[in-house]
Amino acid sequence: MAQKTGKQTYLITRPVYVKNAASVVGPREKAGPLGKYFEAWEDEDFGEDTWEKGESRFVGAALTSLLTKEKVSSDEIDCVLSGDLENQCTASSCGLKDSNIPYFGVFGACSTMGESLALGTLLVDGGGFHNVICMTSSNFCAAEKQFRFPMELGGQRPPTAQCTVTGAGAILLTDTPCKTRITHVTPGIIENYQIKDANNMGAAMAPACASTVKMHLMDLGRTAADYDLIVSGDLGILGGGLFKEIMELHGYPVSNHKDCGELIFDPKTQDTFSGGSGCGCSAVVLASYILREMNAGRWNRVLFVATGALMSPVSVKQGDPILGIAHGVVFENL
Amino acid sequence: MSGNLEHLTEKQYQVMASSKEQKSKLWKDCMMAFLFGGLICIIAQTIKDFLLSSYFAENVYGFDEEGAAAITTMIMVFLGAFLTAINVYDNLGRIAGAGSAVPITGFANSIVSPAMEFRSEGHILGVGAQMFIVAGPVLVYGTSSAVLVGLLYFLLK
Repeated sequence: MAQKTGKQTYLITRPVYVKNAASVVGPREKAGPLGKYFEAWEDEDFGEDTWEKGESRFVGAALTSLLTKEKVSSDEIDCVLSGDLENQCTASSCGLKDSNIPYFGVFGACSTMGESLALGTLLVDGGGFHNVICMTSSNFCAAEKQFRFPMELGGQRPPTAQCTVTGAGAILLTDTPCKTRITHVTPGIIENYQIKDANNMGAAMAPACASTVKMHLMDLGRTAADYDLIVSGDLGILGGGLFKEIMELHGYPVSNHKDCGELIFDPKTQDTFSGGSGCGCSAVVLASYILREMNAGRWNRVLFVATGALMSPVSVKQGDPILGIAHGVVFENL
Repeated sequence: MSGNLEHLTEKQYQVMASSKEQKSKLWKDCMMAFLFGGLICIIAQTIKDFLLSSYFAENVYGFDEEGAAAITTMIMVFLGAFLTAINVYDNLGRIAGAGSAVPITGFANSIVSPAMEFRSEGHILGVGAQMFIVAGPVLVYGTSSAVLVGLLYFLLK
């Protein structure tokens, strides 16, 4: 059973392994710098007549791809934890309606991949669950419609804005030994720095990311140099810089940092401003690029910190601050 | 101050975040708005001049000034709506900014784009109810201020 170490970090004592991962992305992601790592891609609507149905298809496709790759039937999966950005997480529930796998819907905004992974790890660590799938999705068009303006409205966005990633990523956790293990999880606290600009999510999430990483390092008596890579979810170019500055300020300089939102697009050619965002951003980058490169031995110990901005269109309109949260998970090669 | 970051106060972070913030390229945006906004106006003026020309009057219909203006407006609204429907106006807006938002073509875009987006939620609660989510405030405050100014004009006259 997980053992609490320090204030927020849990040591996983019953080994939890990463069996395999799958991702399906949209056209812009496929055309981006990580394109070759994504095994499948589809248009934003996935051939459906609404963006929302399209996003559900991404969820279903990522799950099917994972099960097919591992040649496991849905009966062998004990549960799936999934979340997204649509109202009441309908992309996940509609996408998994035919899966016949027990389902837990989770919501942590863009930090959902970290949340589902942390919870999934703890379920397997607890001993009752043997095979758990953790996944999330987001869809550029569905998110624009829900949080911003209609797709066809002509307008400009500030350089601090981020671009929601279209795609779904799924990771299969198991208790049978594999190469990569999850050794620790650090659930994050909510950090509020009174950022109110919905076009500047990176700034709203950077303190939360720093908060979780700092506590993680403190709890374990480690420094950033103990990791081959610290990868944040979707801070983007602006937020990533702020995160490093805050870490420096607290005596934990970070030089081996990458951000999924910064990795997934090329802002110069893809018109993506500060970078990618959304639940799908960290999910697809982790499920493809990060885990595959770990498997190839490029990195052996990675701290994955998915970052989320806790807000709704209503809370923003009513002038409430955008709250930040980040959940950390440590992947380690044996 | 609660939270884990004891060396970072709210004020300090606000300053830090805004100093890092990349600002919009104001001069470039203004120039583009001027060029594209001007271009749209030139197109409209050309249409109006054509409607008022003697060639049009002899061969089709002789418009007076007011009639030609009304028809020109209709044509521009149609063009804005049409370019929205064929997924062009949003790309124009990304480059032109206020240049394509301010003219009446932008107004058409602001009504047609939600109509398209919410069609999936039905004709009543989707298209009907959501059509004015962008243009609604313009209509409300445009009409209100027109009434107010009209009233002032009436009283001062």
